[in-house]
Amino acid sequence: MTTEKDIYYTKDIPVPETPPPGEEPAPWKRTRIIGKRVPRVDGYERVSGTAVYPSDVILPNMIHGAILRCPHPHAMVKKVDISKAEKMPGVRAVITGDSPEADLMWPYSGEVRTKLFDPHCRFEGETVAAVAADTPYQAWDAVRAIKVSYDVKKHLVDETEALTSEVSIHEGGNKVGVQTHHRGDVEKGFAAADAVVAASYRSACEIHTPIELHGCVANWDGGALTLWESTQGVYSVQSGVAEVLGMPLSKVRVIGHYMGGAFGSKLQAGKYTIIAALLARKTARPVKLFLSREETYLAVGNRPPANMTLKAGVKKDGTLTALDFTCTGASGAYPAGGTALVDWLIRDLYACPNVRTECTDVYINAGPARPFRAPGHPQASWALEQMMDALAEKIGMDPVAIRLKNVPDISQGRDRPYTTTGLRECIAKGAEAFGWETARKAAEEHNRNGGPIKRGVGMGSCVWFVGGGGPPSTVVIKLFSDGSVNLNMGASDIGTGTKTVMALVAAEELGVKPEVIQIENADTGTTQYATPSGGSKTVPTEAPTVRNAAIAVKQELLKMAARELDAEVSDLRFDADDILSSKDSSQKVNIKDLSELKKRGVVMGVGYRGPNPENKSVNPFAAQFCEVEVNTHTGEVEILRFLGTNESGRVMDRLTFDCQVLGGITMGIGFGMTEWRALDHGQTGKMLNKNWHDYKLPTALDVPMDMTSVPIEMPDPEANNTGAKGLGEPVTIPTAGAIANAVYHATGIRMTDTPINPITLNRKFAEKEG
Amino acid sequence: MKHDPKASHCQCGGKISRRGFITALGVGAAGVAASGAMTARTATAKETPMIPSGETARIDLTVNDRTHTLLVEPRWTLLHVLRESLGMTGTKAGCERGECGACTVLIDDIPRYACLTLAVEAQGRRIVTLEGLMEGEKLGPVQEAFLEEDAFQCGYCTPGQIVAAEGLLRADPNPSSETITRAMSGNLCRCGTYPHIHNAIQSAAGKRR
Ligand code: FES
Ligand code: FES
Repeated sequence: MTTEKDIYYTKDIPVPETPPPGEEPAPWKRTRIIGKRVPRVDGYERVSGTAVYPSDVILPNMIHGAILRCPHPHAMVKKVDISKAEKMPGVRAVITGDSPEADLMWPYSGEVRTKLFDPHCRFEGETVAAVAADTPYQAWDAVRAIKVSYDVKKHLVDETEALTSEVSIHEGGNKVGVQTHHRGDVEKGFAAADAVVAASYRSACEIHTPIELHGCVANWDGGALTLWESTQGVYSVQSGVAEVLGMPLSKVRVIGHYMGGAFGSKLQAGKYTIIAALLARKTARPVKLFLSREETYLAVGNRPPANMTLKAGVKKDGTLTALDFTCTGASGAYPAGGTALVDWLIRDLYACPNVRTECTDVYINAGPARPFRAPGHPQASWALEQMMDALAEKIGMDPVAIRLKNVPDISQGRDRPYTTTGLRECIAKGAEAFGWETARKAAEEHNRNGGPIKRGVGMGSCVWFVGGGGPPSTVVIKLFSDGSVNLNMGASDIGTGTKTVMALVAAEELGVKPEVIQIENADTGTTQYATPSGGSKTVPTEAPTVRNAAIAVKQELLKMAARELDAEVSDLRFDADDILSSKDSSQKVNIKDLSELKKRGVVMGVGYRGPNPENKSVNPFAAQFCEVEVNTHTGEVEILRFLGTNESGRVMDRLTFDCQVLGGITMGIGFGMTEWRALDHGQTGKMLNKNWHDYKLPTALDVPMDMTSVPIEMPDPEANNTGAKGLGEPVTIPTAGAIANAVYHATGIRMTDTPINPITLNRKFAEKEG
Repeated sequence: MKHDPKASHCQCGGKISRRGFITALGVGAAGVAASGAMTARTATAKETPMIPSGETARIDLTVNDRTHTLLVEPRWTLLHVLRESLGMTGTKAGCERGECGACTVLIDDIPRYACLTLAVEAQGRRIVTLEGLMEGEKLGPVQEAFLEEDAFQCGYCTPGQIVAAEGLLRADPNPSSETITRAMSGNLCRCGTYPHIHNAIQSAAGKRR
């Protein structure tokens, strides 16, 4: 028979040493459960259907909201006639720019605020009015019955045209801003080069489209508002809503226990959040407002298009001498970081003394951008990785070798050392695991035999801008009188496995089994402050905080045991759920028998996230390798296999780690091959493919099932006390560039513009022949 | 490509005319008879009268071996009725226009998009949702395999994937790798967990044997 002790605690493996209060814990030496393949702690809920996502919330008396959006890319609203809509069956409220309760300012950015229903609609999909009705069908009936007269204005949907156009989207011209960086002297660098290559690249605009739609359920209890929102950060939504509605933070409770994907598009409150709250207040009913799929294509963010030029110089031995980069991107209709971080890889990834970058962000009449998984990076990687291969070819060097030749010693972008860097290992060990040389040779051999099917092998590598996380974060761990544990944190689990990793950290530190840990998270009413989950910072931010909270629990238990045993705290240590004296092992008490714990019922430990190391840069690294087959008659590309190496410090859960890697590669395949926003340039200016039928996400048929994740595990002792760095973004950065390089290897054709598909590839075949 | 500006706000199933409705209804003509208003009115060629909003028909819907008697508007999709009327939110809504598979249910053992199926059309059929794959509190074999293989991230496409996989395995207990990929290609996963889903289905096939 198992005892209770067996159920809760793992015996025979020492619990990590407990540092005295105020002292940093030592890095874990050997881990018991961290790094194993552990299925998710909330997996049952997710596969059984018991997980209640925000879009699943049903409240008594709940009604449904819908938003009327401007169908033109640029127009002034002249008149909104709601007389018919208001009288329709089931309709409870209609709000427009004329409604006093909607007279609020919406912060599009730090500087730019507009009315919530602003008459000047600068993009297709801007909000014009909203309805609440008994059923979603009735809400949409009423939306369609609202008559709006628009004064349609001339639009600009092409970012290069917008730079020179007479038409101004905002006063003061269409430039949002220009950012430059330079170090060294690029002209001297080019003069010192043995070979110089220059090329233009473009990556198309990509839309997030997580499977759970954007939206929320809003409910008022008098002056207090509760929101169930599909979000990456409940505290961020709370502060956004409180600001717009002029409410104290304490009166806005945001709950987001589960959420169905975001990739950067749900970091903040949406206009839809405010609209749902207004409709709920006006009708005195809970309102569910989730966007339609089409609206998510228009109004809730994108990865902006990037028009890039890159000129690079290299010596015969592969040493880079100069990089000169320009990019024109598009924030959309409001300032939204249209070129954010797009030059970071140029500045930081490969060693180069002479670098110049210039990024120009432009307004166009399209939905504002939002951060999208590794903002800026896949775009630059698309250019830089293809350029590295072009340089290698020019000097007769292997693509892997040229990258290894240029692994930097420090973070050049920040001019300070990395805490740790596994870039070299990612490239070298990845090449080995993939069988790079053999595969390259075999492909070349195959292609020499003629035939329409050509084979190619390509690669790319990357660094991600951040990935070390940082303060603030607060976590509370409660240990109940039977030794079981409750973990309380504000962070959202956006699908990356945050809850699971945190359970493992608590389990590792306390010696408890993860199954007996109950997790409460992502609720501003009941859980602790956390920043939104994004930027590959959740694990390195929350994991050390959880560890600190667990240590605080142990310190408290040790104090109780010292009083109970009449011993010194410094002489006591844990053995599973026993606390015993190192001097006299007969002096021993089980935590369940601690009289103070019995009396109190709970021990609580509070953990705070400490500061990051000073003057160092914490970054994760990755490399990816792939093999493709190109049908030169049809232009079809089949990806045969992919391999990804990632150095993200310590591997926390091998199972979710691998899942991230495969997911990132899949998304990268979409970015490179299937996805692009088509705006009706020169005609209506509207988006032509605002649905999953016309805008293709990769399906199971478009990605290889032969995908391998090879972790390069290098616990980073300086990054934080768990040694873990971020993973979520580096996994998708080098994918598209690696595919382009493989296609080039197969066909000798440089696909400088995304997407690589039969249409674009056939055009290139024709150009080559003609 | 010309776009109707009004259509840009159309939620699938939100604007069903009588003619469109009957076409969509297909073989489920019993649904028409159940709605008095439907049979009483005749559409002319020029005009396609709308069924008034709020006018409901009585239907019997058999979901997971339980028959529910419900009043539904004829235009309501099975997805809407499952989620909002029956509160069975295991079936998810991703697009409501037949593009993602988040709403996949089994109808007479065949995976179908609940967002493209009218509730009236599903009368007399055997509907199985994610919840119906449970044995009490115990996970079914496909669910268990998804959990073990980490065949999901955010989990929002997952119910649809699991039900599609269940449908596949009911039709073909020993699917080839190629068959799995093809059968699952109607279910999008934006988190990109396809290879793990593939593993899970192979493992589930073994578990069911
Ligand atoms: S919700 Fe039915 S296919 Fe997307
Ligand atoms: S798990 Fe997130 S969409 Fe599939």
